[in-house]
Order: sequence, then C-alpha cells, then structure tokens
Amino acid sequence: MENVASAPASAPAFAYAPAPESRAVVDIAPSYGLFIDGEFTEAADGKVFKTVSPSTEEVLAEIAQATEADVDRAVQAARKAFEKWSALPGAERAKYLFRIARIIQERSRELAVLETLDNGKPIKETRDADLPLVAAHFFYYAGWADKLDHAGYGANPKPLGVAGQVIPWNFPLLMLAWKIAPALATGNTVVLKPAETTPLSALFFADICRQAGLPKGVVNILPGYGDTGAALVAHPDVNKVAFTGSTAVGKEIARTVAGTRKKLTLELGGKGANIVFDDAPIDQAVEGIVNGIFFNQGQVCCAGSRLLVQESIQDELLDSLKRRLSTLRLGDPLDKNTDIGAINSEEQLTRITSLVEQGEAEGAERWSPACELPESGYWFAPTLFTNVTQAHRIARDEIFGPVLSVLTFRTPDEAVAKANNTQYGLSAGIWTEKGSRILAVANKLRAGVVWSNTFNKFDPTSPFGGYKESGFGREGGRHGLEAYLDV
Amino acid sequence: MSDRLSVLKTYKLYVGGKFPRSESGRVYEVSDSKGKWLANAPLSSRKDARDAVVAARKAFGAWSGATAYNRGQVLYRVAEMLEGRRDQFTREVADAEGLSKSKAAAVVDATIDRWVWYAGWTDKIAQVVGGGNPVAGPFFNLSSPEPTGVVAVLAPQESSFLGLVSVLAPVIATGNTAIVVASEKSPLPALSLAEVLATSDVPGGVVNILSGRTAEIATPLASHQDVNAIDLAGADEPLAKDLEIAAADNLKRVLRPQPVDYTEPPGTDRMTAFLETKTVWHPTGSLGASGSSY
Repeated sequence: MENVASAPASAPAFAYAPAPESRAVVDIAPSYGLFIDGEFTEAADGKVFKTVSPSTEEVLAEIAQATEADVDRAVQAARKAFEKWSALPGAERAKYLFRIARIIQERSRELAVLETLDNGKPIKETRDADLPLVAAHFFYYAGWADKLDHAGYGANPKPLGVAGQVIPWNFPLLMLAWKIAPALATGNTVVLKPAETTPLSALFFADICRQAGLPKGVVNILPGYGDTGAALVAHPDVNKVAFTGSTAVGKEIARTVAGTRKKLTLELGGKGANIVFDDAPIDQAVEGIVNGIFFNQGQVCCAGSRLLVQESIQDELLDSLKRRLSTLRLGDPLDKNTDIGAINSEEQLTRITSLVEQGEAEGAERWSPACELPESGYWFAPTLFTNVTQAHRIARDEIFGPVLSVLTFRTPDEAVAKANNTQYGLSAGIWTEKGSRILAVANKLRAGVVWSNTFNKFDPTSPFGGYKESGFGREGGRHGLEAYLDV
Repeated sequence: MSDRLSVLKTYKLYVGGKFPRSESGRVYEVSDSKGKWLANAPLSSRKDARDAVVAARKAFGAWSGATAYNRGQVLYRVAEMLEGRRDQFTREVADAEGLSKSKAAAVVDATIDRWVWYAGWTDKIAQVVGGGNPVAGPFFNLSSPEPTGVVAVLAPQESSFLGLVSVLAPVIATGNTAIVVASEKSPLPALSLAEVLATSDVPGGVVNILSGRTAEIATPLASHQDVNAIDLAGADEPLAKDLEIAAADNLKRVLRPQPVDYTEPPGTDRMTAFLETKTVWHPTGSLGASGSSY
C-alpha cells in the first residue's frame, strides 16, 4: 500500500459487522388489489403478478394487474371525485396534503424499509434521501393549494381534471410524490400507475390516503405493466398526462396524445456530463462523482454517467476515484453500511450487462474494484470505463446502472462541446474552484439542472426537468404547478 | 402621374439574412381578397426549409448569448423601421385581408405596438419566471429561463401581419431563432417584414421567412432533428395532429393551435412556451447552524 499512485487491486480488508435494519416495522400482506374509488379491488380479469425483492428474489406479494376496464373504472372514479375536490377551498385541500405529509413522516421508517425491500436500493438512501424528500414534497405543495392566485398564472387558475400519471421504478415513492402532490394541490384528481417491479409503496400510499381521510376517488392506484400505462395515457377522459421514464416510451406517449387537448409533461432519460477541471478539489470531486453515478446503483435519470476530466489531472483523479470505489460496500440493501444495493430487476441487469459488453467490444477499457457479488438477486459491480470516445455507445446511451464512462478534455470550450454532444439534456456537474468558470460553463450547458461542486441534490422548491430529448415541463417549485393548471 | 407604370416587386424568401428565391425555382400566385393578382410569391420546398434550419441554428449561439438589453434594443429598432413603412404595410394588409385603409392602418399600428411590447420583455421575463429557490440545505440555487433553441413558427393563416408578429416576436424576444412559415394565402406582409428585419440590426438567421404551402414546408420542419420547438398556430386540425406526431421524434416542444384573438393583449404564454428552466446549484459553505451574529 506504499505506492498510492496505483489503485489497490483488491478491496481493503476492513471487516464490518453486519448492521441490518429491522424488517419488523413493515407488514407486507400476501396480496394487494387495485386502489379504485377508495377501495382495494381485484382486477377485472382477476389477473395478478408477483413483485420480488431484487436483492434476494424473494416474492414479496401478489399484486392485481389492472386491465383497460380497470383503467376506465378508475378514470370514472377520478372524474366523479374531481367535481367536489376541485370545488373545495384551497385551504381545505392544503390540510389534506399537510396531513399526508405528516403521516408520511410518521411512517417513514416503515416506508423506507418497504421501498428498500421492493426496489433493492440501500436503506441509507431510502431512509435519508427518498423519504425525507417525499414528505417535503407534500409539505411544499400543500402550502401552494390556497395560494394559487399568487403563483403567476393569473387570478383563480383552474385545474385540468383527471391526471393520468405513470412513474418509474427507480424512486417509486418519490416519483409518486412529485406527481401526486402538485396534482392534488391544484385541484386535479389522479390515476397513477406505479412500475410493475415496484408497486408496493404506492399501495401503502393508498393506505395513507385512507388514514388522512382523503375523499374517495381523488387518488387511484393501478399497478400494471406497460399496457396498463398505455391504456391510461390513451383514455379519452384523461385531461393531463405526466410520465417519468425512458425516452423511447416518452416519444410513444407524445404520439398518443398528439391532436388531443391533453396536457403533457415528460421527464425522460439523461446522459449527464460531470466535468472536472484541473483546479477542482479532488477529494470533493471524487465524492461527487461517486454520488453522481453510484447513487441508487446509477439508476437515476440525472446520473453523472459521463465523467469529463481535464487531461492534466486525469491520472491523479482516476487513482483517487479507483481507490474510493474500492471502499464501496455492495450487498444487502437493508444493511445500514451498504453503499451499493441490488439492480432493480433481472431485465435491467441484462440491459446493463449488454451495454457494458458493448463498451468492451468497442475498445473501451473496463475496470471494477474487487467486489464479491451475492449469490442470489440482481447485482452489478461498480464499473468505470476509460479510453472512451464520444462515438462509443457507452458514451451516448443511457445505461441506467453503476457504470461510469470517462472522457477527457483540454479546454473549457471543449468540455462544453463534449458535454452538450448528446441527445439528452437533463443534468450536468461542474467541479472547479473558479467562480467565473462555474458561471460561464453553467451558462453554456444545455441541461435542466446543473450542479456545481455538488451533485444529485433535490429539493421540492427547485424546478427539475430536461432540455432536448430529456423531455419537457418542470417538476418542483412554482414551475411544477403549471403542468396541472389550465394556463 | 396616372399613366405611370408602377414598379412591381419580386418577393423573395428571407434565409440567413439574405433574400434568395426558392431553391425549387417555383412561385405561386398571390391575390387580394377579391381575387386580383398581386404578386408571385416563392413556393418554398423542403430544401428551403432545411436551409432555413441551418441558418437558424448558426444564428442561435450569438442571439441567445446576446444580452437581454441588446435584444430589446434590436427589437425596438424593428418597431422603428416598421413605423417608417407604415403606409406600405397598411396597403399590403388591406389587400391581404380585404380591410379598409383605416382598418388596415389600425392593424398595422397594433402590430407595431406589439413589437414594442415584446421589445420591453427581453430583460424582464427572467425575473418574472426565474429566481432563487429556498432549498432546505446549505445551497445557493437559482432557476433561470433559457431559450429552447430553433423554433419553427407556422404563422396564423388569417391574420397576415398582426397574427404573424404576435407569434414571431415572443419567440425571438426570449432568445430563440425562428423559421417562419408565412400565411399561405397572404404571405406578402411577412415577406415585406423580412426587409424590415434585414435593416433593423436583427442578425442574419435569427428570423427566416418562407412562403408557400404550409403543409409542404411544415412537414420537414416538424420532423427535423435540429428543430427544438414548433408553434402550430397556422395549421388546421388534421395537419396539426400529423405535425405533432412528427414532432415527437425528437421531443420538440409543441404549441398547439388554439383560437386566439390577436387584437387582445397577449399574456406571457407564447414566451414561456419556448423557454427551458435551468436550475443551478452550488454549496454555500454555510458557517454553521448559529450563523453570524453581526
């Protein structure tokens, strides 16, 4: 270990005692129905699917799978509920949302454990990032409900009606909060489809709505696969469509709603550039790079998946980065020491594996720390690629996994050009001590969120969303209200 | 004087600050509201549309990078030039829309006033729709609007001048560059507007004006990978749907057609429709929970 210039070949031999979070705080029923008009109900054709824990492949529960008929029923329930809900004084809607925010806080440990079980992400992320943000979103938008006249959309802005919302599996409850909180605050009612691999926390949320006394039909939850989402998006009585997910599906949805009056917002993929200049504080940058691409196993649309490092510090930075990666702990997501949990599904693991193999085939150099993968479940070791060119598929396609592609640049202009050389435009990072450089580069980056000397920070007050093929519309902040108002 | 033969104008396209004929060499007859021949307008092809996109993209960096104050000055200059050509536009609008001279003059006045209104917006919109966000953490965090990029604008079919300016000015006031498809039936005010733009310090390529068949020109623009947004104001319902489907290919921002009374004061919608919001974060290096006591 004398020669620190080269990264250690194997992980340091620190022995950590296991520190598992208790599963006892959460009670998962063997089966769950659809949540329509305030009741749990079976699917019209009685079909169910299983949701598994990606870290163990243990079946957690059987879930009713919504059909087109169920979508119709839920939309009708939401339509009926809309009359009263939209007519409610904003202050009353606000109180419901405040109640929901408080109940989420009260039950946050339960929900964090549940989310970790169903999604595979580390408990320290669900507990310290997801759940506090979920509660904060409801709290933030609760306060808007009786202040919409002051939001800059004219006096007395009107809700749209029934919102059809389709959310992904990477942040199941957080994406639910981003969608439902502004929709309800503005007086819309909701039919939400969670992802097929992570339906549980949305169904627990249905119980929170019950505890909060939310009127029936205001929130409806329809677990299912892509066809359920497609039926929801296409339903003629849906007034607003909100989708977070892949760019390919986003384009399909845009085609579906073409020629209708449905308002559409899309939060899609990304290939975020994380730019490190030669004067950056290296240790902080390394932490930011790790957070940028290995947070939630890299299954983050705004992940900093392209590292652009100034050529003169490449060796130093990569040595530090490799050393740091060797200290990451991969394993049981319920262990409080775990940094890297399981990949969400077998399908996603296959996609990551295939893209990484293509990266090798195209000539990029692959590196991972010595890392033992558990025997069951879906796992992928943190991986970085050097010798990457802009033409490589691993530099262009969203991998949505713990895979970092490293490219280099010499001048700030080159960094900007390379950062913007992508179909996407969701996020970017800048690491430098020079304030003028931060501002100049941030100004030129075509991305909806730019983190300088930090990465992957979120807050309900801050608009989030993409340029270019990363979609349109913003979630969060005052801007997030627009998607749900007739403006 | 009545014997004098007037000098007719050959109307041309406006692309990249130049006045080319259509690459296709085609023209079509433009008549007034009573069917009397007025001029031959260029019948643009899809190649003209693509050339216009190249010009608009080339102009985007400098125009979006110009200061908002500078853009305001340039837009106001357009209004000054329009004022000087008030009579010309009154005649063209009267012919195009079958209005009396006094009604056409009122339309032209309203159009000039609209330019002035948008000229004043360039350095204010950022404060209205952007700002600092009170995040729950030690971060400085700012959201600012930025232009979406190259915007294709299908000008309204009926309101040949006021409608045209009402959809074009907000697009360029916010720093986008534009490709305008003029009213199919009444393109002459739009083509004359190009002469004003060319003499108003508007950099070449910021506005590109094409005349011809709306459907023919709009289709390649809607599916163009280097166009960031499209305003469908001038499209009828079936065409608008086809164009919206084509626009999904690169997730263009689409402003759907809707009934608009262009004589009414516009809101900010046509500006915000073609703005992105960028949120920039930076740690504040907070000194600690107690803070300074001064």
